[in-house]
Amino acid sequence: MITEMHLDILKETGNVGAAHAATSMSLLLDRKIDMFVPNVELVSFDGVFNLAGGAETIVAGIFQRIEGDLSGSMFFVLPLESANYFIQRLIGDVSFDFNSPPLSDIGISAMQELGSILSGSYLSALSDFTGLKIYSTVPSLSVDMVGAIISFGLIEVSHHCDEVIVIDTQICEESAVGRTSIDGHFFFLPDPSSYTTIFRSLGVS
Amino acid sequence: MNIVERPTKIRTSGLGSCVGVVLYDDMKRFAGLLHVMLPDSSLGKSDCVNVAKFADTGVVALIELLKAEGVRTQSLKAKIAGGSQMFQFGSGDTIRIGPRNVEAVKKELKRLSIPLVAEDTGGSIGRTIEFDPATSILNVRKVNQGSKEI
Repeated sequence: MITEMHLDILKETGNVGAAHAATSMSLLLDRKIDMFVPNVELVSFDGVFNLAGGAETIVAGIFQRIEGDLSGSMFFVLPLESANYFIQRLIGDVSFDFNSPPLSDIGISAMQELGSILSGSYLSALSDFTGLKIYSTVPSLSVDMVGAIISFGLIEVSHHCDEVIVIDTQICEESAVGRTSIDGHFFFLPDPSSYTTIFRSLGVS
Repeated sequence: MNIVERPTKIRTSGLGSCVGVVLYDDMKRFAGLLHVMLPDSSLGKSDCVNVAKFADTGVVALIELLKAEGVRTQSLKAKIAGGSQMFQFGSGDTIRIGPRNVEAVKKELKRLSIPLVAEDTGGSIGRTIEFDPATSILNVRKVNQGSKEI
């Protein structure tokens, strides 16, 4: 039985990971990036898509499987406008555009690397915090509808149930004029078979 | 899983490896839409069984809904879309999940002698589909490829 207390503990844990990932992203982009976990919820599959703007929203999405002491899926999704902005900065090519395939190899590679660095710092923080060994597979990119991308990570979940714990991380940019939401999300979807492992490692059962 | 009566259209958004199965009858009144996530209900690992998400139990369940409206099984036809492989790697059940969903749906349609009139399946792209019972046309929309009617 998952209670509010369980979700609150995951939120705290998620915030530790988010802080680390934000530091990495700020260094990489030379911008002040802030990340936080607004809440952790047990939601329906449609609920997951809605967190990222609805099933039909087109995004650049990076998917990684999580393996080790626990298993799950990780998604880093950015609206195309934000993704273009970041990748153009990273590769120094303002003509790069996710809206106009075929995409250049260097652009794809930069986006995968961005996802990989974020999940790496998030997971290493989570690993330190829980004492669990956690690894991620190589990142894979898809530019498509949110529903099509994230449902891939729900296949494993759907064997068990129609609801999933989502640790949603929102990404914002801080500048002189204030905080601008770039509408980016970082989703961690632990497999239901790992719920017990995570909670036990955090001292709750 | 749901059914509609003409002139209401029925749609589902952002299909990836899932398969949208439309069943409709010749009288062009009722149509049903099923959203298949997994090929086989024996893959289910819990008690909270949602028959609609498996190919082998979902098609039969949708037929039951249509039968309740007086639709005859013998007059049913099918159109399907989806079944992409969004990411090339995977583990366990996610390997080839899109193509396996398509195969499972086709097998079930064949077993029930429901003709598959049209399909737009496979690839590595998401789809949004909308079916109009009045015309029996299934509109399939993809990112960067516009939409087409099947």
